[in-house]
Amino acid sequence: MANFFQQVVSGLASGGIYGALALALVLIHRATGVINFAQGEMATFSTYILWTLTQNHGWPYWPALAFTLAVSFAGGFGVHQVVVRPVERGSVLRVVIVTIGLLLLLNGAMTWIWSGEVRSVHSPFPTRTIDVGGVAISIQDLGTIGVSIGVVILLGLFFRFTKVGLALRAAATNPAEARLVGVRVPLMLGVGWGLATMLGAIAGALTAPTVFLDPNMMQAVLIYAFAAAVLGGIDSPVGAVVGGLLLGVALNLLGTYIDFVGADLRLPAALAVILAVLLFRPAGLFGQRVVRRV
Amino acid sequence: MTALLELEGVEARYGQVRALRGITLEVGEGEIVAVLGANGAGKTTTLRAVSGTVRRSGAIRLAGRALGGGPEAVAKAGIAHVPEGRGTFAELTVTENLRLGAYTRRGKIDTDVERMAAWFPWLTERGDQQAGTLSGGEQQMLALARALMSRPKLLMLDEPSLGLAPLVVREIFRIVRELNEQEGLAVLVVEQDARIALAVAERAYVLEVGEVAVAGTSADLRENESVRRSYLGY
Amino acid sequence: MRRLAVPVMLFGALAVAIVLAPLFLSDFQAQQAAYVGIYAIALIGLNVLTGYTGQISLGHGAFMAVGGYTTAILMTDHGVKDLWTIPIAAVVAGAAGFLFGLPALRLTGLYLALATFAIAVSTPAVLKKFEGFTGGGSGKNLFGVKELTGGIAPVHVLGWKLNFNNWLYYLCWTMALVLYVVAWLLLRGRTGRAFRAVRDSETAALSSGVSLAKYKTFAFGVSAAYAGIAGSLFAIATTYVNADTFPVQLSIFLLVGVVVSGLGSLTGVIAGAVFIEFLPLWAQDVSKSPGAPGVIYGVILIGVIFLLPTGAAGLLPGLLRRVATLFRGR
Repeated sequence: MANFFQQVVSGLASGGIYGALALALVLIHRATGVINFAQGEMATFSTYILWTLTQNHGWPYWPALAFTLAVSFAGGFGVHQVVVRPVERGSVLRVVIVTIGLLLLLNGAMTWIWSGEVRSVHSPFPTRTIDVGGVAISIQDLGTIGVSIGVVILLGLFFRFTKVGLALRAAATNPAEARLVGVRVPLMLGVGWGLATMLGAIAGALTAPTVFLDPNMMQAVLIYAFAAAVLGGIDSPVGAVVGGLLLGVALNLLGTYIDFVGADLRLPAALAVILAVLLFRPAGLFGQRVVRRV
Repeated sequence: MTALLELEGVEARYGQVRALRGITLEVGEGEIVAVLGANGAGKTTTLRAVSGTVRRSGAIRLAGRALGGGPEAVAKAGIAHVPEGRGTFAELTVTENLRLGAYTRRGKIDTDVERMAAWFPWLTERGDQQAGTLSGGEQQMLALARALMSRPKLLMLDEPSLGLAPLVVREIFRIVRELNEQEGLAVLVVEQDARIALAVAERAYVLEVGEVAVAGTSADLRENESVRRSYLGY
Repeated sequence: MRRLAVPVMLFGALAVAIVLAPLFLSDFQAQQAAYVGIYAIALIGLNVLTGYTGQISLGHGAFMAVGGYTTAILMTDHGVKDLWTIPIAAVVAGAAGFLFGLPALRLTGLYLALATFAIAVSTPAVLKKFEGFTGGGSGKNLFGVKELTGGIAPVHVLGWKLNFNNWLYYLCWTMALVLYVVAWLLLRGRTGRAFRAVRDSETAALSSGVSLAKYKTFAFGVSAAYAGIAGSLFAIATTYVNADTFPVQLSIFLLVGVVVSGLGSLTGVIAGAVFIEFLPLWAQDVSKSPGAPGVIYGVILIGVIFLLPTGAAGLLPGLLRRVATLFRGR
């Protein structure tokens, strides 16, 4: 029983990371209709920046993280304006290829700049465990859950109560009408990308302490994030987070209690989730059914 | 009467199709001007040309100064465009729609919200309702209120009567005329329903195939039987 | 009939060049050229799917894996001669493609790309898991297996004696040329038109009576069969397959190759195949760093979309026209 709780908690922790990255994917999809295959690499890139600041330049953790978030925002904004904006209204294939190109570019760049060696990253949370009702729960896990939930709440508040948040929502759903009231839509979409990249950076920063940092660190997480986003409904922010948490717990429990799945088939299990949802309930848990009459 | 909005020889095209072949018209300060004509005559395109939503050539001036750039710049310059289909942000609430209307304004907008409540009392009661769930007439009024939030110099309405019951249409035009009389708001309204448009507007232009076919005061147009029969459908 | 004259002549010239090339190539270069042929076959298949019917596949490496493993398993566990495994691999992979194509009908554009991407990423894990069948991490070794033609002794063909690499070259390129012609014939006729109709507007295609389901799944099946053949040849050429032989990068590079060669036209596939095979080497000239090929791939991919959307196939007609005017004289 104790093991069950531990697995649930650690499942929630990894689920929080999947949810954060899934939220980034949903943000970008809602705003620009693009599935960003490079989201994982962008997150890894941000994490490398964090790592290099703390390791090579001796910055303390929190200022380094703040700086990383700022750079991530600028980077995401820049990528959208330069690379995505020219193709986002065009054919789906062009957009997919551009984001794949971005994936390759960033992956190669990280290997080039920092070499493929595996790095260790400090966690901002202490690595010991605390006793909750007789069960040993890792503080790292609790911290991860806390940060994920906190970020999601902050983002929600931003969207509901700020002028920029409102403009972003308007730009995402009704770009033509938004322009008529004076919203500079292309700029807003860039802001959306910037925010998504920041989310990715947070996901990366939370992942690195547990799996070590290397250029391919987020590739698996990206697939889990896709599964979470699809499960929750590709346009639903709430769905992304709930989907992530559900997926994290489910994968952990599956892996622990069903021997066949174990640790080896987590990825294919996520794939199965993606396929099952897309085929049987494309709108996911919280999404809205889009009727396509042909 | 000084001209607030002037169009001279404005042309616009959708791809290969020339929708406007040289439109010249003007709206004076505090005037209500109607643009009439059959489907496809270019009425909506004229408004789009002003708000910069379609590529156009020719001269467009607002208060004497050249008006250029896309819809964002035009909105900042003080023109509020309520498009065909109301342009409601269906997924946002009524209050959020209003807040968006004031996007170009700096500073507090509470007084503006109160003003809207005076004109449309039900808006504050239903502030948290999703705009997409409002009836057609309510959405049209919301669109009007949203446009007014920006305190525009010129209000452009595209077919406000579309899809609405006659009673609702009359109410909307009544409000437009009151706004014009009480606040001196200049209005450029595109309408299919020539009768109600002429009842409210002072002057009108009738478009045909992208050009101005007939122009004059509403009284003249109403009394001219051949114009009424050929162009206005009654 | 005259319009065919130029392409047929060019094809003939190309065929002759291919036949004669090994006389000028070193052993190692012949092997590299064989891989170019293999990639060309896979690219033809992927082009049929993505370029002609507009279905995006980021998972074609998985179909190559199906073909490659079919060959490896048949050769090592069932003693089937390598050449016979090729058509079997084609059928197995084609069936897999067709079966995937059925549910894929419900997935549009982005979501299909997503699903196939997930398949590509999961393939190594699945291959590793079913060890009994696939040999898991250590895979299947074909080197020295007697079913491998030319593996132990030189091959005798038409009175010529070929060593393994030259044999490989001719095997792959014969298949490539034959399959190119097959694809070309397929795409010229009604099927090709139906494919293009599906790509350009599904609604219009439907209203013209084109059965979307039939053509889309057919395209998936054909495209997967081609990839299966490529995978089979890949296994024969490498004489080895394991769970990491067909990683997600392969699927991505295939997509890169098909974009570089030009979507919706077969003309540039060889250029795309050359690109896939040789870029890592050229990248090394730019920088010894292991990350360089990735960066260059990425830049070229994005660059092609922006600057040269029609790929190599777009360039070729222009070049050919210039050559033709030269010959026609002033």
